[in-house]
Amino acid sequence: MKDDGINRREFLKGAVAGGAVATTTAVGLAPQVAEAQQKPAAAPANPGYSYLNLEEAAFVEAMVDHMIPADQYSPKGTDLGINIFIDRALAGGWGKGDRLYMQGPWKVGHPNQGYQLPLKPADLYRAGIAATNAYCKKTYSKSFDQLPAAQKQEVLTGLQGGKINFEGGLPARTFFGTMYQTVMEGMFSDPIYGGNRNKAGWRMIGFPGVVAVHAQNIEKFRDKKYVVEPLSISDLS
Amino acid sequence: MATRLKEVDAVIVGLGWTGGIMAAELTKAGMKVVALERGADRGTTDDYTVPNIRDELRYVHRHDLMQNTARDTITVRNNPSQEALPMRRLGSFLPGDGVGGSGVHWSGVTWRWTDQEFNVRTMYEERYGKKFIPEDMTIQDWGISYAELEPYYEKFEYTAAVSGKAGNLKGVIQPGGNPFEAPRARDYALPPLKTIHASQMFNDAAIKQGYHPFPIPCANASQAYTNPDGQKFGACQYCGFCQRFGCEANAKGSPHVAVIPVARRSPNFELRTHAWVTRVMKDPSGKRVTGVQYTNLLNGEEYEQPANMVLLTAYAINNVHLMLLSGIGEPYDPVSQKGVIGKNYCYQTGVNANLFFDGKNFNPFMAAGGSRFAMDDFNTNWDFDRGPHGFVGGFTLSAGFNTSLPIGNRPVPSGTPPWGTGWKAALVKNYQQFMNINSSGSVMANRYNCFDLDPTYKNAFGQPLMRMTFDYKANEQKMGTLAAKLVNDLAKSMNPTSFNPARARESWTVVPYQSTHNTGGTIMGVNPKVSAVNKYLQNWDYHNLFVIGANVFPHNNSYNPTGPVGALAYWTADAIINKYQKNPGALVSA
Ligand SMILES: Cc1cc2nc3c(=O)[nH]c(=O)nc-3n(C[C@H](O)[C@H](O)[C@H](O)COP(=O)(O)OP(=O)(O)OC[C@H]3O[C@@H](n4cnc5c(N)ncnc54)[C@H](O)[C@@H]3O)c2cc1C
Repeated sequence: MKDDGINRREFLKGAVAGGAVATTTAVGLAPQVAEAQQKPAAAPANPGYSYLNLEEAAFVEAMVDHMIPADQYSPKGTDLGINIFIDRALAGGWGKGDRLYMQGPWKVGHPNQGYQLPLKPADLYRAGIAATNAYCKKTYSKSFDQLPAAQKQEVLTGLQGGKINFEGGLPARTFFGTMYQTVMEGMFSDPIYGGNRNKAGWRMIGFPGVVAVHAQNIEKFRDKKYVVEPLSISDLS
Repeated sequence: MATRLKEVDAVIVGLGWTGGIMAAELTKAGMKVVALERGADRGTTDDYTVPNIRDELRYVHRHDLMQNTARDTITVRNNPSQEALPMRRLGSFLPGDGVGGSGVHWSGVTWRWTDQEFNVRTMYEERYGKKFIPEDMTIQDWGISYAELEPYYEKFEYTAAVSGKAGNLKGVIQPGGNPFEAPRARDYALPPLKTIHASQMFNDAAIKQGYHPFPIPCANASQAYTNPDGQKFGACQYCGFCQRFGCEANAKGSPHVAVIPVARRSPNFELRTHAWVTRVMKDPSGKRVTGVQYTNLLNGEEYEQPANMVLLTAYAINNVHLMLLSGIGEPYDPVSQKGVIGKNYCYQTGVNANLFFDGKNFNPFMAAGGSRFAMDDFNTNWDFDRGPHGFVGGFTLSAGFNTSLPIGNRPVPSGTPPWGTGWKAALVKNYQQFMNINSSGSVMANRYNCFDLDPTYKNAFGQPLMRMTFDYKANEQKMGTLAAKLVNDLAKSMNPTSFNPARARESWTVVPYQSTHNTGGTIMGVNPKVSAVNKYLQNWDYHNLFVIGANVFPHNNSYNPTGPVGALAYWTADAIINKYQKNPGALVSA
């Protein structure tokens, strides 16, 4: 994507017809490695975003593809639908803080006291992306999605390790923690939520998914590999 | 104005394990009982079926069956000099919500706590002298004995379909069981669960070190089973989705399988769901409570449910909160050490090591809630001399798998990059090759670990949140250091390819999940100056108020709590039916 000349976000911003969106996403982005080794079913069209705006979508796509690159283990993050998982999670009840105690007063507190920001996850994500892009523009004169891999790595490591501080007070590590958790959720949750497409996350580690009965397998597979086609909720619905 | 309803014999606040047991027993005895449950009515057929129940995101990470902290939570801090802040989402522990309570999504590990807990102060003082117990350690004897509780433990084990292997039958040590357990009259209801590979390896290694491992007792039916009340259980299928999930096979001893249907069959029983109890109502005499007030969450209206007897069964934390909100008893003050409500809140501690074995296949997804072996050599073994280590209490060592699902459990050796191809390579290699060894440790009461009402934050009903002040003290840190060393020694003896060593916990934090084993706050004891309830869990001030749950434990053991919680519920039901009903009044004179 970095050498495309025209980056996807700019392209989308300029695109008139929605129809172009699906085409762009599907074409040209699936890396040969993944294609060769994972033989994914026809690369799925991007079903569209429900919460993320163009800027945010570009960030999330770049972030999940960096964290989950295509290699011998799995297709890349966007081919797993992790970006879609994240979008839906932010748009849904969790993103809107349906189980979050949201009454003030708000204090920083001690890390042992847990999450204390006056932000619902969707707001945290939005502010975190904006702050990360602002940092990237200041430091590298480019938004995160435009950075080469080495600099993406630098940024993500800086967020994780607390080396990057955002202007404006948003705690970078809290944003990173939430982001990282959602990447893992998108990789390993049931495909019904949009991620873990084709159960590729489960396949990668050998997790069998929705299995009802193992009583006979305890002996049969004692210290032996249990290789099955994983099952998801929709497979059994 | 609240609508006043018709009086009943007993009102039960919360329909989980303790509420379910009380509902079944009291209705059997002919009492008219109303249960008020804040959550929805849920059950196996509609809610816990395959495939939808096998959803890690929904049940583990989004807390679908748990208390909603947007409505009610607690505030937390480590010590009184800090400002407490709200636990804005669940983390360290997960109180349940809805019919069955936490009993729906527990694992089922069911222990018998012994006189080593019930007589804790006496036993340590006699053996090590008064000075061995630090001044700020407010442990006290419970006022009950193992011998008194034994038949009620059995009743709970047989009702909840506990599978296990007796280690001590009427004083005779049984091979393969726990030799340090207190004598039991009968073996477990069912034989132990199948042994998974990780537990087997732990077992073999522990025996080599001269320890005494055994399969942990667990309310996962190892075979199809019918309990004494005629409730039917399926056999456990080792599906790997146990804790935090409802059981699709009805193999888990859960209240909605084991006890609640018994009450529901009775014409003496009425269940009202979506009924959030906000306070207990008191008679001006100061001797009796008159019922409870609740909000119907379906329309927001308020009701008064008058009752001859009030049973608080709303889970340990919520029971204490209701007592404080209702102004029953004197709130505990850690400075003057006066008062009782809120006193001796305890939690648990623990350590964990991850072991990686090249070439092994542990299949972590094939396991019951109780697929684990443990050892009590440093726990209920009184021959283990705490003297040189300078701590009170004990810890188990154990290994196995329980609900090891891939969003939450991504084992990689320390030093692995957190993302990218390197991370994937390590996870792919190790997912099947890791097991862990855990230690779960007791927590002794401390004068500064307690509950009171928060001065600032309110719940959705406009009531103050409860404030939890808690941290591990030197006693737990000393114990944790020894536990970590022993876990690591045992791990090394198994020659793993690599391992992430165990480390003692230093300070309590509200994230991540640790255990839903909260105890204390309205403790039982021998006199009203130092306890909130007597040995029958009857409030000292209001004789028709019973407070049932781990909130009555004066300190916390290394064991999971529900064995004695269930036994005490049966013991209390018996006292209500056979003593209190015949002669209402204080069952123990103050
Ligand atoms: C994930 C998990 C795993 C666990 N595993 C184990 C284990 O292996 N072994 C073990 O011993 N223990 C375990 N536990 C703990 C065990 O579940 C509890 O000890 C047990 O359920 C306590 O019973 P209870 O009746 O006190 O509370 P619950 O069973 O939780 O029931 C309380 C009920 O009261 C209702 N309620 C609360 N407040 C109100 C109110 N104001 N008005 C009306 N209703 C109200 C709740 O909605 C709930 O239904 C586990 C817990 C969890 C969460």
